[in-house]
Amino acid sequence: MKPKRILIREEYCIGCRLCEVFCITQHSPSKDIIRTYREKDTKPVSGIYFEEKGALSFAIQCRHCDEAPCVENCLTGAMHRDKETGNVLHNKDRCVGCWMCVMSCPLGVIKIDYKEKKVVSKCDLCIDREFPACVEHCPNEAIILVDGKGERIEKEKELKK
Amino acid sequence: MAKAKNISEFVIERDMNKCIRCQACVRVCANDVHKYDEDTGDIISDNVMCAGCHFCEDICPTGALTIKRNPSDTRKNANWSRDYIYRIVKQASTGGILLTGMGNDRPYKNYFEHIVLNAAQVTNPSIDPLREPMELRTFIGSKPDRVICTKGKDERCFLKQHLPPLLELEVPVMFSAMSFGSISLNACKSLAKAASDAGIYWNTGEGGLHRDLYPYADRAIVQVASGRFGVNVEYLEKAAAVEIKIGQGAKPGIGGHLPGEKVSSEISLTRMIPEGSDAISPAPHHDIYSIEDLRQLIFAIKEATSYKKPVGVKIAAVHNVAPIASGIVRAGADFVTIDGIRGGTGAAPVVIRDNVGIPIEIAVAVVDQRLREEGIRNQASIIAAGGFKTSADVMKAIALGADAVYIGTAALIALGCHVCQKCYTGKCNWGIATQDPYLTRRLNPEIGAKRLSNLLRAWSLEIKEMLGGMGINAIESLRGNREQLRAVGLTETELRILGIKHAGEAW
Amino acid sequence: MKTDYLIIGNSVAGINCIEGIRGIDRKGGLIVISEEDCPDYSRPLISYYLGGRIEEKSLSLKGNDFYNENNADVLYETVALGIDVEKRKVFTNKGEIEFNKLLIATGGKPVMPEIEGYSEDIKGIFTFTSLSDARKLKNYIEERKCREGVILGGGLIGLKCAEGLIDKGLKVYIIEMADRLLSMTLDRDASEIIEKGLKERSDCKVLKGDTIKRIDYKNGVIFRISLMSGREIETELLVIAVGVRPNIALVKETPVKYNRGILVDKHMRTNIPDIYAAGDVAEGKDMLMDRNTVIAIWPVAARQGKIAGINMAGGSAIYNGLFPMNAVDIAGYPVISFGITNPVDVDKYEIMVKKDEEEYKKIVIRDNRIVGCIFLGKIDRSGIFQGLIRHKVDISRFKDSLLDDDFGLLVLPAEYRKHMVRGEGVEV
Repeated sequence: MKPKRILIREEYCIGCRLCEVFCITQHSPSKDIIRTYREKDTKPVSGIYFEEKGALSFAIQCRHCDEAPCVENCLTGAMHRDKETGNVLHNKDRCVGCWMCVMSCPLGVIKIDYKEKKVVSKCDLCIDREFPACVEHCPNEAIILVDGKGERIEKEKELKK
Repeated sequence: MAKAKNISEFVIERDMNKCIRCQACVRVCANDVHKYDEDTGDIISDNVMCAGCHFCEDICPTGALTIKRNPSDTRKNANWSRDYIYRIVKQASTGGILLTGMGNDRPYKNYFEHIVLNAAQVTNPSIDPLREPMELRTFIGSKPDRVICTKGKDERCFLKQHLPPLLELEVPVMFSAMSFGSISLNACKSLAKAASDAGIYWNTGEGGLHRDLYPYADRAIVQVASGRFGVNVEYLEKAAAVEIKIGQGAKPGIGGHLPGEKVSSEISLTRMIPEGSDAISPAPHHDIYSIEDLRQLIFAIKEATSYKKPVGVKIAAVHNVAPIASGIVRAGADFVTIDGIRGGTGAAPVVIRDNVGIPIEIAVAVVDQRLREEGIRNQASIIAAGGFKTSADVMKAIALGADAVYIGTAALIALGCHVCQKCYTGKCNWGIATQDPYLTRRLNPEIGAKRLSNLLRAWSLEIKEMLGGMGINAIESLRGNREQLRAVGLTETELRILGIKHAGEAW
Repeated sequence: MKTDYLIIGNSVAGINCIEGIRGIDRKGGLIVISEEDCPDYSRPLISYYLGGRIEEKSLSLKGNDFYNENNADVLYETVALGIDVEKRKVFTNKGEIEFNKLLIATGGKPVMPEIEGYSEDIKGIFTFTSLSDARKLKNYIEERKCREGVILGGGLIGLKCAEGLIDKGLKVYIIEMADRLLSMTLDRDASEIIEKGLKERSDCKVLKGDTIKRIDYKNGVIFRISLMSGREIETELLVIAVGVRPNIALVKETPVKYNRGILVDKHMRTNIPDIYAAGDVAEGKDMLMDRNTVIAIWPVAARQGKIAGINMAGGSAIYNGLFPMNAVDIAGYPVISFGITNPVDVDKYEIMVKKDEEEYKKIVIRDNRIVGCIFLGKIDRSGIFQGLIRHKVDISRFKDSLLDDDFGLLVLPAEYRKHMVRGEGVEV
């Protein structure tokens, strides 16, 4: 099992936020971009935090850390590691909104639903797909996919498989 | 009334069924064309500010945008077209010189489109480039008058004389001079890397050599222009060749001007001028007022570089380009670069760009002819520049006498340019003709270099196909080989000047 | 019985120790002793169980197969009574166990204060630290149909218990000795907001600066408490939640060194080779105070347990120290706090505060490094501050942005940011 991770190159981010658009589309019921945005009730929250200041911007999502503090400190096991891919996933049904993960994540990439009192969104590295949607659609390759050794995984090769 | 409102050249059509209000278009437009209204949830586009660069259209995730030419037209008039009318309106408003970017867009006769290539049929067989080796390798520089050999011990031949320095190109195409200052550093990096990867050369233009480009300096042709920007010891030592720039095709006879606001700390450092000061390239080199002065400068540079690098001269193609080129070769230049009327620029007055100079096809033909007649054709290579659009143009230029070709506009289009001609505003959305870090980050040099390499590869393959189709397996056999060209629909005079026959005439 | 690895305690530290060991040694024999009667469960969830928000079966932490998958034998209802350090034996109520490596993860025991009239036999008095406590409490409430309850102690355990009781529809009195709730975690301003929220949202009375003087009972069941202030409250339900003390009974007669808790080095080793300690019972390094203290929180227990396990199995892991941190949702407010939130010698610290309708944010700085934070109301991205504290990042260059709503990684120095963001793991 080769863990795939997203590498961020902030010098190439153009601030278009299309990564968020495609993350939302990918995690919606229809997976169709126009329907997703039209059907506002089922439109999910993206797993990406976008930060911008002047000419510097980047999009950051869960790093799926090897020693994930959120998994270590989750009270219910809602934050867990998928055995096959090694990705850190969140099970909303088990979440009780204790906020331990929010406290533990040094990058602050876990999104909260204050009303529902649960974690509402966290990148799952598009576990049901070969290639993360955000990486696939970044127009300037500011985010790329790398394997366990840090070697780049090209999208054309991966999607053909 | 004496005032007319600003004309919008373009109209932005937004398909509301497809627009998802993601606001990517709002965020990316350097001209602030699109605006999102929080209260109504609509996106409103200001057509007047649109430069027609298509960046928003390309980035829209649903393809909701289409940029169209403004249908608001004036009455049909072959003389007073809408363009000319609105130029006068603008000048009546501003009282200034109208500026523009990129190359001549007027419908002057494009001779390449009236010249056709030959193909082998029956008398000599075609060559399949996928099976037989094709030699596209080209050498730029001064070639000796005669080849003098001696025989060694084991009957092998050796060249007796010392060859002057030469540039070796894998393909007879190079990247034209585009200075850091007129284009962004990321654009320069893309060109430099692609040139290195493809085994060709790139030209620094008159902007000096930025230290981030030092790894590619061994494939760089550096320019010594009238402003002498960035010309220091390292500059000359690291370069592969030196090009003295007398003029360029887009604005022959006048100098250049980079406004002080655009002279950032990086540009100041690279060009060796104070930050914020205007970078003015005067029209003449103030130490070159005669051909003897030029010869002096050529040899000064040769001395300074220990005669290890080719030193050439770049001129714009003007009426007397043939005798001027001849003089330059006699002055000791190793190559002559000729830039035709369709050459591009970052900023030039519209009237000069569109009306001054002659087409490169004619210039190459007459210069090649003149140098041959004087028996000095081997002493310098001819490099042609100015609006090459396809690999067929490259073939034709070589057949007319060029050793190699510079591409500028074509290279920028590979990087994303849509020829909107607004380079002089510094708001290039593609991150090419700008120094604004918010925009320059859009040009990822990895992607840029890849795209340029792809373009060169594509053209090489096409050139090999065309050569093979002619039954030729080396580009050298095409060089100056006017017999491989015929003209269609040109006058007697044009045929004579180009030195080619009309289609239908055999050997 | 003989085994390679023996773990006393089956909660967070113990579980993580199992993972630490099995990450290196999948074969060595592993026995876990638990004095409870059920497999691992998430202790903080017992208040949700009490209040009926989750069922007992959802309390499991690692799932049914965890022990099987990790080749670990658990002995339930087994109490460790003593250790023979020389012979490497642990004596339990069910026999002796010989070990090669031992982890003491016995956690903490609730503190029982001296109260006039108290006796163990009196029904209706509870502590609230285990599932068995919660079960007993729940059954008692349902049997006696309690309408109100008193909680002695306004700390985290006391307040979480109060929430559970409120969910069950009881009127609750919270009696706190200090001048504010959550006195060990928050400062005065934050406590006030919590207190206000509690009172507004539920039938809850908070009595500060007070404690219980005497308990009265009738027919073996508590029926009234009398406070120091003189006030009396009639109740059949009293929960004692004044604090937890490290459960060091096991090592008292042994050469294992202890202070308040069992003293451990950066490898989680005690002074006796092959004997380790982790979790609420251990006194390990406090990174901010630069000395050893007991920090009885989940993240510390998890980390210490894991590191102990790795070292026990022959690996090498170092515990660089942590600091107090808490995440809790109380009275409708999400609250996250780190480190020193209420410094005593105020001159040495710089304090930045932001307070408005929606939130209370406080940052405590010493020598240009963040040493404490409180986030109340809005906790987005607060985890970034944990990283800043842990890595001792010099914040002088972006101090002004610390309180911004959109504070993020962007203002941090690029080297720190890229170190965190590139590559694989986050160094914990």
